[in-house]
Amino acid sequence: MIRDLVFVALALLAVVPAIWVVSSRNIVHAGFALLFTLLGVAGLYAFLGADFLAVTQLMVYVGGVLVLILFTVMMTHVPAAGKRRHGLDRLVPPAVFAAAVFGVLYKVITGVNWQATAVPSKATTAEIGTHLMTTYIFPFEYVSIVLLGAMIGAAILIRERRATDDDEDNREAQA
Amino acid sequence: MQLLYDFFTGQMGLDATGAHVSVASLMAVLMFTVMAICAIFFTWMERKVAGFMQSRYGPMYTGRFHGWAQAVADMLKILGKEDIIPAEADKGMFKFAPILVLLGSLLAWAAIPWAPDFVAADLDLGLFYIFAASSLVVIGILMAGWASNNKWALYGAARGAAQMVSYEIPLALAAVPVIMRAGSLNPQDIVISQQGGIWHWNINPIANPFLFVAFILYFIASIAETNRGPFDMPETESELVAGYHTEYTGMRFAFFFLAEYANLFLVSMIAAMLFLGGWWAPLPGMGWIPPALNFIIKGVLLVFLNMWVRWTLPRVRVDQLMYLCWKVMIPASLLCVVGAGLWMMAWGQLK
Repeated sequence: MIRDLVFVALALLAVVPAIWVVSSRNIVHAGFALLFTLLGVAGLYAFLGADFLAVTQLMVYVGGVLVLILFTVMMTHVPAAGKRRHGLDRLVPPAVFAAAVFGVLYKVITGVNWQATAVPSKATTAEIGTHLMTTYIFPFEYVSIVLLGAMIGAAILIRERRATDDDEDNREAQA
Repeated sequence: MQLLYDFFTGQMGLDATGAHVSVASLMAVLMFTVMAICAIFFTWMERKVAGFMQSRYGPMYTGRFHGWAQAVADMLKILGKEDIIPAEADKGMFKFAPILVLLGSLLAWAAIPWAPDFVAADLDLGLFYIFAASSLVVIGILMAGWASNNKWALYGAARGAAQMVSYEIPLALAAVPVIMRAGSLNPQDIVISQQGGIWHWNINPIANPFLFVAFILYFIASIAETNRGPFDMPETESELVAGYHTEYTGMRFAFFFLAEYANLFLVSMIAAMLFLGGWWAPLPGMGWIPPALNFIIKGVLLVFLNMWVRWTLPRVRVDQLMYLCWKVMIPASLLCVVGAGLWMMAWGQLK
């Protein structure tokens, strides 16, 4: 009973703000609404006994990704053009894409033989750590190389940008 | 905690779920009360420390003895103030931001180990949880700055978010050597691993010099993480009026204030837990001191150190702040993790 109530509350926390994210006319509101969706998903992870995943969700998505999204949204925000248009051309492609994703998810959810046996929840941190350092050491290292590549790429992009800025300044100074 | 559970199941006749909910609610109220009292006490303490640092008295009149009631009077005054919301502000977000900031610190307070067997939420990955929960504060600050619709507030919020996201990295990395030594993320286990007097605490530079360096890195990062001087870039009075809470008045401002001091005590208590032996007494023969008192005294001493730094050093510039974080503290803390690991391997201290 309480279990179901908690689940419904968390699911609503994840879904209702998600609708707000896609329907809000103010892009900054959409960004902040994402916070509640991410919190709801973290809550669902914790509810399923995946404590490490829940806290990681909070750390990575709320503490990192969301802050980044908000920064970008705030920097691109132009007051006059801040309201999002809601034309059909803006509605159809995302709808098709969402339907496709939902189809794949539905196929997966109904295709898998879920073993619905209640396992007593226990701490997962040590187990995840051991697996990361033994079974999944290759993907782990591979991901870190990809991330390193992304970081170096970002640094190079910023450097080139700065060089062109300097050129413009020089041109202005000459003119 | 077990006593509390027994009380609710035995005396009150509740089942396991009911006892859980009751204990959780009780601890939430208790933590919030302690937090509010701390904020009031630290407001007074800050003004007294600031006064003594600058060769003056600070509050002396209210309540006779060294103006002890000044902070209480301030709180009463702030309760009666008008709640002003700017006409051009984003009203919903403006109202919600202070709550989110306070929520971030209150969530993190849940995992603080006050005494053996007394912690609101005994989480296996408590330390990780504390760092994750405080990331809500960043969102709250951004929300406040944006919703105020004031350029100074937005500058302050952007600075605050950038600073807190940056300094979270050295803050967490400085805690890693301690986690390696304790072999656990559970705050209670980390405290228990430092049993047996002051020389067994993680800060002892003879046992492991890298842990001592980690303490210093943690302390510097924690000052920046709480947005206090010399790293108070988000609210530089001389440039940004008051930063992200420029537009806030009355109770809503009090929430930011409360959160600031709650965060200050939080980072100090985490430092005490990680490096100063948590609730252990400094010497083996001092077991008669209540563990919670040990812990609180260590926390308050670190808060005092924090205030000392704030009122002694001049404010840095934004670029210096970022330089310090990304080019000095992050490499230093990474080296510290590697060094501490090698040291523990060499002396067989690893679990």
